[in-house]
Amino acid sequence: MILATGVVWLTIFVLSVFVGIEVISKVSSTLHTPLMSGANAIHGIILLGAILVTGTTDNNIALAVGLVAIVLAAVNMVGGFVVTDRMLQMFTRRRPPPKSGSDQGGVA
Amino acid sequence: MPTWIQLVFLACGVCFILALKGLSGPRTARNGNLIGAAAAVVACVMPFFWTDLHLRHVPLIIAAIAIGTVGGVYGARTVQMTQMPQMVALFNGVGGGAAALVALLELHEVIETGGDAPWFNLAATAFTIVVGSISFAGSVVTFAKLQELMTSRPVVFPGLRYVFPIAVGAALVLGVRVAIDPHMWIAILLGLLGLLVGALLVLPVGGADVPIVISLLNAFTGLTVAAGGYVLSNVLLLIAGTLVGASGTFLTLLMAGAMGRSVANILFGALKGGSTLGSGEASDRPVRSVTPEDAAIMLGYADRVIVVPGYGLAVAQAQHTLRELVDVLGAKGIQVDYAIHPVAGRMPGHMNVLLAEAQVPYEQLREMDDINGDFKEADVVLVVGANDVVNPAARTTPGAPIYGMPILNADQARQVIFMKRSMRPGFAGIENELLFDERTALLFGDAKDSMGKLLNAVKAL
Repeated sequence: MILATGVVWLTIFVLSVFVGIEVISKVSSTLHTPLMSGANAIHGIILLGAILVTGTTDNNIALAVGLVAIVLAAVNMVGGFVVTDRMLQMFTRRRPPPKSGSDQGGVA
Repeated sequence: MPTWIQLVFLACGVCFILALKGLSGPRTARNGNLIGAAAAVVACVMPFFWTDLHLRHVPLIIAAIAIGTVGGVYGARTVQMTQMPQMVALFNGVGGGAAALVALLELHEVIETGGDAPWFNLAATAFTIVVGSISFAGSVVTFAKLQELMTSRPVVFPGLRYVFPIAVGAALVLGVRVAIDPHMWIAILLGLLGLLVGALLVLPVGGADVPIVISLLNAFTGLTVAAGGYVLSNVLLLIAGTLVGASGTFLTLLMAGAMGRSVANILFGALKGGSTLGSGEASDRPVRSVTPEDAAIMLGYADRVIVVPGYGLAVAQAQHTLRELVDVLGAKGIQVDYAIHPVAGRMPGHMNVLLAEAQVPYEQLREMDDINGDFKEADVVLVVGANDVVNPAARTTPGAPIYGMPILNADQARQVIFMKRSMRPGFAGIENELLFDERTALLFGDAKDSMGKLLNAVKAL
């Protein structure tokens, strides 16, 4: 039996809702700002959609609008990830160095 | 779509889940963010390798990506940590705007090709257009409030309580119209109406509640992108958007809970009237003002000191001097902790970021629930650039904009020193009775300047 396409989409949507809630359910309030900023960057993936619609149009106005959408989406995605990293960098640097070698200790 | 690209998209979706998971733990946060970034880059490169798509305008597209990247990186690197909330709001807004434009273009494509799209697709398109526009306009107003380009007090005009529902209703009607019989001009009108609704949604929200609104708009944009994914038949957009929409909604409820408010109350409280207690005016009631030397003696002879840092501290860039002061007091054998209110700063968790920047050791930062019982035993509470988070009106004055918000129990300490620039009230715009308490001493002046004097005075003891 093959599921109807609409049902497949609905299934993905519903499962994603639960995953989205589940993965962040234990976040400490310390990390609210970076988490919000990181999640913000993830929805910058609309850049992919913007590239797809812009690259398949042959109307000049649509092309112009699409390019604007690409610029905006790129600001969202790239800026979001860079600014989140900048915040988190400060957190990890100050952490009392555990034995893991992943942080840079007090070098910076 | 070739199977291998679909599989790459699936992998990217998994990476986004791992990214969110990582971001919710302090140890894994940075890696989580990097995984998300890598997945996003990989996904956005895919269209260029998707030969059947015959992607056109490639040079223009690459140029547009480059412009956006430069803009984003520039903003992200130059923004001050104190201005982080408005930066996040702005990034969120442009994302929502991009999603709305993408949906408009897709609708244009459908109409041009005379395609016979099912009504549900068109409804999702309409949703993307209107909610993306709401998110864009709402974020721009939020940005203006936080950047103080406009007043941070609730903006209410007579008739707003009628205009808002009418605008929402009209948007619904137009949305249904797009779903039944799509026309470009109706869709554009729908987008404009979305802009109006977004602005009207955020204008009546008071400054102290703006952080919740940022989180809510973030969730809105997530859902917009999810709907956009359905419209474009792109699973990755659906997954990523839904993840952000769901986690953003959850986070919003969590934060609203931390402030003891409901989201509906935050958004529409001002419409019902009532939360207009705030005056924004400086009071002229008598207070006890002290010199840095007096304050230094109070601190130097205490056994237990709790510091309550606020946004004003970071604005004055006094957090480094504060850390030095705490180090000196610590060297005298005084136990000093920082009490961090969940919404200290202008965004939940913002104060942690600001103090981390000043290299304050992580273990001195104590969360509200953890430290609130200790205030009774504190000899001195030093409040620097904070106000609303220690305002007893949150407990005692129903109708105050912050009523019901859990606060730090600074009023239970033996003595309180407030470092303030002036008698102007805090972000919520209401007076703080604690300032007039007989146990309270005020040290007026620019936080950085007075903090330096206080530090020297403590050193000289």
